[in-house]
Amino acid sequence: MKLLQSPAVRVGLSISIATGLYGVSFGALSVTSGLDFWQTMALSLLLFSGGSQFAFIGVVAGGGSGVAAMGAATLLGMRNGIYGMQVNALLRPRGWLRFAAAQVTIDESTATSTGQTDPGEQKRGFWTAGIGIFVLWNVFTAVGALAGGALGDPKQWGLDGAAVAAFLGLLWPRLKGREPMAIAVVCALATVLAVPFVPAGVPILVAAVVAALIGWFSHGRSDEGLEPDVEPYAGNPSGHHPGHHSGPDSNRPSDRPPDRPPGGAE
Amino acid sequence: MNLWMWLLLACLLAYAWKLLGYLVPASLLRDPRMSRIAGTMTIGLLASLTIVNTAASGQSLTLDARLGALAAAGVALWFRAPFLVVVLAGAGAAAGLRLLGWD
Repeated sequence: MKLLQSPAVRVGLSISIATGLYGVSFGALSVTSGLDFWQTMALSLLLFSGGSQFAFIGVVAGGGSGVAAMGAATLLGMRNGIYGMQVNALLRPRGWLRFAAAQVTIDESTATSTGQTDPGEQKRGFWTAGIGIFVLWNVFTAVGALAGGALGDPKQWGLDGAAVAAFLGLLWPRLKGREPMAIAVVCALATVLAVPFVPAGVPILVAAVVAALIGWFSHGRSDEGLEPDVEPYAGNPSGHHPGHHSGPDSNRPSDRPPDRPPGGAE
Repeated sequence: MNLWMWLLLACLLAYAWKLLGYLVPASLLRDPRMSRIAGTMTIGLLASLTIVNTAASGQSLTLDARLGALAAAGVALWFRAPFLVVVLAGAGAAAGLRLLGWD
């Protein structure tokens, strides 16, 4: 099959499997946090953004209110708006396609797309990773939710420890350099200081405000923290995929003819 | 039912963020401050969620088996383990420490 010879499709498929698989941990943690099966599936089908989904159930598990859970999930989803602008600048989807593209605009699909230089490859990478992750993430969420529901006492299985590990795992790839590390430490400290004084869930929002203030008043890399949970181009020796810094007005090497006519990818 | 309402609202707002990126003029992307705040907030929120899930029990701070989970996850990440292995390391450490009587 010719499509499998596209490097972006191959990267997109492997990132789909890697990311989709950890839907198991989301599904299991979600039902042990107190959400039911369909609430868990609603998050994976409709919200569909790993960090925000973990944030929602993390706040609920800690005894936080629904509104605090919504707040944390929503603030964490802001970066998807930035990704949307990047993908829109590269792919320029038209009509109903842009509404579909929006739903699958997440860390990994954006990174798979922006890591390519050829416009056709950018398109294939985005859709392969986006659709592939959406399907597998939902399948494995269901598997995890059913398994988690059958486990019994979640503490005995260390599932609260699994949640801690999941959040550290999401944070880790974003700690490249001294500055993001400092932001993380300051926000963790603000959280700890706030815990005794405000209702559960709110300390997370306090940290979000602190982080936003740091972002507003300091001048660091403008794409800091915008790294995917699973790096699609991990084999890249620079450790950072090319094209990630580029905006819509950076010139793409469009003089190179695409391997096949545009639009023939899907 | 109340949780359902906030959950669906969160889904709606998440989609609104994503769609916004496709609808706003590209010139906004040239304002580096917006993407910078999106980035620092991502780091801040994930750091906060990590520490809350490690050390908070309602409105009090406790040190229990979850601290072991944090350490185990850190070691796994240091050795570049894949995400699922990191999560299993965290679960294993917490479950193991409880088995040894530290809760």
